[in-house]
Amino acid sequence: MEIVSKLLDHSRLALSKAITAVENEYDDAVKIMTEIYPHTGNAYVIGITGPPGAGKSTLTDKLAKEYRKRGKTVGIVAIDPTSPYSGGAILGDRIRMMDLMADEGIFVRSMATRGSLGGLSQKAGDAVKLMDAFGMDVVIVETVGVGQSEVDIVKTADTTMVVVIPGMGDDIQAIKAGVLEIGDLFTINKADREGTDKLNIEIEMMLELNPEHVGWRPPINRTIASKGEGIEAVVDSIEAHKAYLIDTGRLAEIRKARIKNEVTAMLNDRVNRYIDKEVVSTDAFDALVVKMQNREIEPYSVVDDIVGKVLK
Amino acid sequence: MAFEEIKAGLEKYTAGVEAKLDKAPERANLAPNRLYTPVDLGEGFDYVEKLGFPGEYPFTRGVQPTMYRGRFWTMRMYAGFSTAEESNKRYRYLLANGGSGLSCAFDLPTQIGYDSTDAMSEGEVGKVGVAIDSLADMEILFDGISLDKVSTSMTINAPASVLLAMYIAVAEKQGVSADKLRGTIQNDILKEYAARGTYIFPPAPSMRLITNIFEYCSKNVPLWNTISISGYHIREAGSTASQEIAFTIADGIAYVEAAIKAGLDVDAFAGRLSFFWNAHNNVLEEVAKFRASRRVWAKVMKERFGAKKAKSMMLRVHTQTAGSMLTAQQPNNNIVRVALQTAAAVMGGTQSLHTNSKDEALALPTTESVTIALRTQQIVAYESGLADTVDPLGGSYYVEALTDKIEAEAWEYIQKIDEIGGAPEAIAKGYIQKEIQDSAYKWQMDIEKGDRIIVGVNKFQQEEEPPTNLLRVDGSVGKLQADKIAALKARRDNAKVEETLAALEKACAGDDNLMPFILDAVRAYATEGEICGVMRKVFGEYKANITL
Amino acid sequence: MANVKVLVAKPGLDGHDRGAKVVARALRDAGFEVIYTGIRLTPEQIAEAALQDDVNVVALSLLSGAHNTLFPTVVELLKAKGLEDVLVIGGGVIPDADIPGLKAAGIAEVFTPGTPTSNIVDFINANVK
Repeated sequence: MEIVSKLLDHSRLALSKAITAVENEYDDAVKIMTEIYPHTGNAYVIGITGPPGAGKSTLTDKLAKEYRKRGKTVGIVAIDPTSPYSGGAILGDRIRMMDLMADEGIFVRSMATRGSLGGLSQKAGDAVKLMDAFGMDVVIVETVGVGQSEVDIVKTADTTMVVVIPGMGDDIQAIKAGVLEIGDLFTINKADREGTDKLNIEIEMMLELNPEHVGWRPPINRTIASKGEGIEAVVDSIEAHKAYLIDTGRLAEIRKARIKNEVTAMLNDRVNRYIDKEVVSTDAFDALVVKMQNREIEPYSVVDDIVGKVLK
Repeated sequence: MAFEEIKAGLEKYTAGVEAKLDKAPERANLAPNRLYTPVDLGEGFDYVEKLGFPGEYPFTRGVQPTMYRGRFWTMRMYAGFSTAEESNKRYRYLLANGGSGLSCAFDLPTQIGYDSTDAMSEGEVGKVGVAIDSLADMEILFDGISLDKVSTSMTINAPASVLLAMYIAVAEKQGVSADKLRGTIQNDILKEYAARGTYIFPPAPSMRLITNIFEYCSKNVPLWNTISISGYHIREAGSTASQEIAFTIADGIAYVEAAIKAGLDVDAFAGRLSFFWNAHNNVLEEVAKFRASRRVWAKVMKERFGAKKAKSMMLRVHTQTAGSMLTAQQPNNNIVRVALQTAAAVMGGTQSLHTNSKDEALALPTTESVTIALRTQQIVAYESGLADTVDPLGGSYYVEALTDKIEAEAWEYIQKIDEIGGAPEAIAKGYIQKEIQDSAYKWQMDIEKGDRIIVGVNKFQQEEEPPTNLLRVDGSVGKLQADKIAALKARRDNAKVEETLAALEKACAGDDNLMPFILDAVRAYATEGEICGVMRKVFGEYKANITL
Repeated sequence: MANVKVLVAKPGLDGHDRGAKVVARALRDAGFEVIYTGIRLTPEQIAEAALQDDVNVVALSLLSGAHNTLFPTVVELLKAKGLEDVLVIGGGVIPDADIPGLKAAGIAEVFTPGTPTSNIVDFINANVK
C-alpha cells in the first residue's frame, strides 16, 4: 500500500493518516496493520498512568526531551476521556507538549476514549505499532485516570510507570488496588509539596506487601516536572528496568503475553461482532427470545445449539 | 415605622403583586428582588460599622473625605499604537483636550520582552500599543511632555521593571528626579497567569521582581504606585462582578504576603498598592461592587495584616469601561454603553477612569472616537450631577443589600482560595481559571438562548454597512523599528551594554534588588529584548499548562 | 466511527483566550473532538500539531490585529505539510475590510465578535471534508 510505504519512508503525514484509519476503523485499517506488522517490535513501549492532575503530560513532555538528549526518537500517544454527554472531547494534553512540535524526532498523537475503552485499548495499541514501524525508538502511552480500562491500556507497555502526587488524601487508597500491581516504577511528581515523604513511605509499605515484584523492586523517583527536576533519574530507572527485563528474559515473556492478549482480544472482538451480526440481530433469534420469555424453551440448550453451529 | 410594620407591609405588597400577575414577566430570570426595603438590610443595620464616613474605615463610601467635591477623578485615556512618534502625538492631543493623565498601551512584543526584530514579534509590532525597544524609543514617546507635570500609567507587567527604569531614565534626561515622578505600573503578574497571558518568567522570579520594585520605589520613587492589582482582565475574561473583586483581592493578599516575607514593613509599601476595576453594564451592581471591594480590602489590611496607617487600608482604584461589552454591531450604541459604565464608575467612587471608544470591537480607536469617549467623562463630571455629592447611592436599600451580597460572595471565594493555599496555588491548580471560564461560558450560552439580551446582537438587529474610517496600523512599523534598532546598535557603546548585561545576569542569579542593575542597562541603551533575554536565561520561562 | 477533530489555537502573542475557550467548549458540547493548544503559538507549531492529530478543522483566534500576517502563514504551512483538506477558520477583532483578503488566502470563514457559537458549529458541519 502506498500509505504504508510512505510511512516506512518516514512520512509524518502518512503516519498521521494511518493512525486516523485505525482510529476511525476505515476499511483499509486492517490492511495497513497487516502490512506494517513485520516492521514492528523494535520500539520500547512505556506506559504512564496516574490520577488526574498528577502532571502526567508535563512529565511526558520532559521525558521525551530527555530521551531526545540521549539520541532517541519518541512517539507519544496521549489519551483523554470523551464527554459522556455530547460525545465530544477536549484533548488537552498537547498544550503541555507544544514545545515538542519543532522536533522532527517526536510525534504526538491525541486520542479520545470515544466511550469505548475496550476498543480504545486495541486502537491505542495499533497507534503504538504504527509509531514503532515508523521508526520511533521509544513510544510513550499516557492515559488519564486509574480505572480498569486505563490500566488495561498501559499494561500493554514494556515498562509501566505510575505517577502520583502528594496531598491527594484518600485517593491513594482508591488507586492502590488496581495500580500497584502494574507499576514497574513509581514517580512522585510535584515533590516539593508537603506530604512527599509520607507518600513515599506509603508506597514503600504497599510494595512490601506485594509479592508480584520478585526480582525487581520498583524504584520510587521524585520529580518536579514543571521545573524539569528529577527527569534524568526517571529515565535512568526506565532504562534499568529495561536492562533487567532483557537480562532476565522477562522482556520476551511479557511481549509474548502481550501478543497473546492482543490476539485473544481480537478473537473475542471478531467472534462478538459475528455473533452480534449473524445471530443476535436476526429475527430468528428474536423469536427464540420470545419463546424463552414464554418458558416454551430454556436458554441453556439454545446456547449449546448456537455455539455448536458457530464453532463447527 | 417599626421594623415589624415594614415587614408586614412588605408581605402585603408581595402578596398583592403576586395575585395580580397572571403571566410570568418577560425577564423572569432576573437576580434581584422586585423591591428592596429596610428589611433587606436587617434590623440591626449599623451605619458606622458598615459604611462609616468617606475617607474613614472601612471606606465603603469612598477613600477621600471630599471625593469629587475636592477634584474630579483623573481622566486617563489608555492610548498607544504604532511607533513612539505616532503615540507621542496622540498623548499631546489628549493632554491638550483636558485629559489629566497619560496611560500607555504597549504592543505585545514590548509586553512580553521581545524586541521588534524577534521572530516571535512577527506581525505584532505596534499593533495593540506602541512599540518600545529601548530608552531611545521612550525618549521619543515622552518628548515635549514634562514628567514632573503629568502622572503616567503604564500597562506593563512581566517587564514592568524595565519600562519603569526607562521612565526614570527619561526623567533624568529631562532633569526631573525620581522622587517627583507620579504614576502607576500595572506589575500584576498573577492575573497574567490567570487571565491576560503576557507573562514571561515563572512565578517565583516574577514575585521577586515585584517585591524588588516595591522596595526600590519605597526608597527612590515614593509617589509611584508600584502595582495595579487588576480585576479588569479577569472580568474581561468572563468572570462575574463578585469573582472580579474576590480573585483580585486574593492576588493582592499574595503580593502583600510576598512583600512581608521579603522583609518589608506593611505600612511602608501598602499605601502604594492600587487596584484596577472593570466598569460593566449593570450600573447598580457595579456601584455595589466598588463599595464592597473597598470594605473587603480595608478589613484584609487591618485585620489580616495588621496595617496601622489608614492609607494602607484604602482601596484606591483606576477603572476602565468594559471592552468586552462593546459590540461590533451598531457601534454607535457603544457610546451609550460607555456613558452608563462611566456613571457606574463615578457613582462607585473611582480615582481615575479610562473610557473606551465606540469602535474598539472593530479596531484601535480613531482620534474622533477617542474624543467622544473623553467627552463622555467630561459630561458626566460637569453636567450629570453624579459627581456633586459623595457616594450618592449610599443608603439605597437595593445598593446596600447588593453591596452586602457581593461582599459575602467575595469572602467566600477568598476563604476557598486560602484553603487551596493562596492565589498562586489556586492559579497553578487552574481553579481560578476554571471559575472564570465557567462564568464566561454561561454568559455566552445565556446570550445564545436569549436569556440575556445584548441590543443589536441578539435582539433589535438591523442590516448595516460595514464601518469605514477605522484606524489601521501601518504594516511597516516592524521595519521602522528594525531600522531604529540597527542604528542604535551602531551608535551606542556596545562594550558598556555587555558590561551592564553581565552585571544584571550575575545579580539575577543572586539575591540583590535588580532595579539598579536594570536601570544601568537601560541607561546604556540595552534593548528590552536584551535585558529580558538575560533574565529569561537565568529565570527560565513560564509555560501555561492549564487546559479547560 | 469518524469524529470531527478541531484544533483550536491562538497564534501570535495575544493572550486573550476567552473566545477561544468558549468556542472550544461549545464545539466539545456539539460533539467534536477539540484539541486545545493554548496561547502564544507560532504558525509552525500550529501546523505541526494539526498534522500530528490529523485534524479536520483548524480554528484560529486572534485579537491583536496580527491576523493578516499570521492566519495566511498557517494556511501556507498546512499546505506545505500536505494537509490540503483542512478547513481553516478564524475569529477575533477582525475588520470587515480584511476579510476578503483572508478568504483569498485560504481562510474559509471569519467569525467576528457577537457570532453565536452555534453558527460556528453549523459552518463546520456544512463545510468539513
